[in-house]
Amino acid sequence: MSTASVPLPNWINYGLIPILNLIVAFLISGLVVWFIGESPLDALILLLQGALGSGEGIGFTLYYATSFIFTGLSVAVAIHAGLFNIGSEGQAYVGGLGCALVALALDKYVPWYVTMPFAVIGAAIFGALWAFIPAWLQAKRGSHVVITTIMFNFIASAMMNFLLVHVLIVPGKMAPETRTFLAGGQLPKLDWLMGIFGSTIGAAPLNVSFLIALVMCFLVWVLVWRTKLGYEMRTLGLSPTAAVYAGIPYARTVIIAMLISGGLAGMMALNPVMGASARLQVEFVLGAGFVGIAVSLMGRNHPLGIILAAILFGILYQGGDALSFDMPNITRDMIVVIQGLVILFAGALEYMFRPALVRIYQQFARA
Amino acid sequence: MEYYDLLISILGSTIRLSIPLIFTALAGLFSERAGIFDIGLEGKMLASAFAAACVASISGSPWAGLGAGIVISVIFGLLHGFASITNRGNQIVSGVAINFLTAGLTIVLGQAWFGQGGRTPTLPGTARFSGITLPGVDAVRNVPFIGPLYANVISGNNILTYLAFLAVPISWWILYRTRFGLRLRAVGENPGAVDTAGISVEWLRYRSLIAAGILCGFSGTYLAIAQSAAFINNMSAGKGYIALAALIFAKWKPVPVMFTCLLFGFLDAFANFMQGKAVPGIGEVPVQIFQALPYILTCVLLAGFIGVAKPPKAGGVPYTKER
Repeated sequence: MSTASVPLPNWINYGLIPILNLIVAFLISGLVVWFIGESPLDALILLLQGALGSGEGIGFTLYYATSFIFTGLSVAVAIHAGLFNIGSEGQAYVGGLGCALVALALDKYVPWYVTMPFAVIGAAIFGALWAFIPAWLQAKRGSHVVITTIMFNFIASAMMNFLLVHVLIVPGKMAPETRTFLAGGQLPKLDWLMGIFGSTIGAAPLNVSFLIALVMCFLVWVLVWRTKLGYEMRTLGLSPTAAVYAGIPYARTVIIAMLISGGLAGMMALNPVMGASARLQVEFVLGAGFVGIAVSLMGRNHPLGIILAAILFGILYQGGDALSFDMPNITRDMIVVIQGLVILFAGALEYMFRPALVRIYQQFARA
Repeated sequence: MEYYDLLISILGSTIRLSIPLIFTALAGLFSERAGIFDIGLEGKMLASAFAAACVASISGSPWAGLGAGIVISVIFGLLHGFASITNRGNQIVSGVAINFLTAGLTIVLGQAWFGQGGRTPTLPGTARFSGITLPGVDAVRNVPFIGPLYANVISGNNILTYLAFLAVPISWWILYRTRFGLRLRAVGENPGAVDTAGISVEWLRYRSLIAAGILCGFSGTYLAIAQSAAFINNMSAGKGYIALAALIFAKWKPVPVMFTCLLFGFLDAFANFMQGKAVPGIGEVPVQIFQALPYILTCVLLAGFIGVAKPPKAGGVPYTKER
């Protein structure tokens, strides 16, 4: 019997294997740091201090984590339905348009808590619309969703560039961005959250969208494991033929799963657009859509795992910033290397250690 | 005559912009025809550009740079193989990982070694591939129409440009006229049959990734030490994905790959030319339309509205021997 089909207990499958993969990814990152002549241990300490050493650091860490929770959920929902959505980046970008239009329309008239629900819906609808065409192409015309979502990332980038440069730009200004939203279009910062721990978030842009992200985690958990639609999606993800044979409509399920995925990615825009900068800017997503892939893989496509993985990546992003100040030899792009290694080991090489673990486990089980 | 000069200059930059696409799309052709999706083209291109620029600046020899570019790109190809062939990991995830890894490493290492914000030092002319003047240029230069075309479009390119156009028939010949090519195409359609015939699926797929690595090495080298004189942050700038789009648009066939890459290169050159110019009757056409056009065209083709693009059947699926 091949080792691939030996059942392992959950704590190995969902605990030990991801942690092992993560450790290997970090060890290799450490090697890279060592290779360019810095101490990996000092780097790690600086990174952790920068991310968790102060209220402001934690605020930034959670701010980044908020974006990654949204995009991580986006990727995860699609994966449950057997779809690999590489387009979260573009969907988040277009989602930004949705929430910015709402904010621009309402901020003069109503306070933020009235604007917020409309902005959430606006962002989700625009993100979902951007996922709809790839979804429809996959469901009806059989074009691979991976390829079309990659294409749509680039189309989104060109379209948003055009809109910001020619349409949404403030007349007379040079920078391609919308006007700054008034208070009615801004999500307030979560000062009180840090206040509970007797700390302040300082300049950190941690805002209400963090709470929205947590709510979405719960809703995704309900959707995937507690509803009929979630059951159908998971069946489709495990075996499309079995799903179709069992009477689950393929096209409908694919399209709905992708719409939800795109909607979640679109909501990511709330965090930077309405939370941090209070305006729509060029390329504001900054790769968060791709980080979502790593977050989802790391978190094993489970909302709880995604929260943990998103916080881990938040630490990396904020800590990496701090690190590049203190060790100018190590640029911020070290995070991208670590991210690549995490995707490689937690995603592509996810079962590399499995045969060895199976052997060890079987020895213990027999004894 | 003025319009003709313009056309010549656009055609010249079309060629220059198409070369990296041709090499990269041919690379994708080899791996995808063998059943391995290759999202990592972008990363391999970037890594080889960096390696080529580093080695060329140290050794002063463009050929050493080319060698380094190829070696690095093959190494990343083997990594892709290790993940997706040996460990049967997800090919897309592995490709995405390679893109991240190379995007980060080139900047981190570049900054650590050269301290110029991720740039490598500017290369002197002797460490680059420079233009070759073909025989008889001076004789025909003043011949109307053919003269400028020969002197400014066909002649004066660097050796990698000519190699790119040579790589197209060679790839065709390898894929369609050799035993290796037949088996490579078979392994992308029906690996089980190839396995039954007693041929190693794994080794065939590894070789296809090595071939892809070599070709990506050429494209990265072209970017860094033929088109430019240094490695610049993220200099592949999505060309790997355009090449992927071109490969699909060309329906996974070598000669159409060349024409599609020329078309996409032309769109790019034309977009640069049209920047800030008004079209009579329409006004200024936003440059973003040209930028998005390759992707839109590819999606339309994928949707089956202008012919059907059928990918190799076994693409993306790791092969498992029957137990």
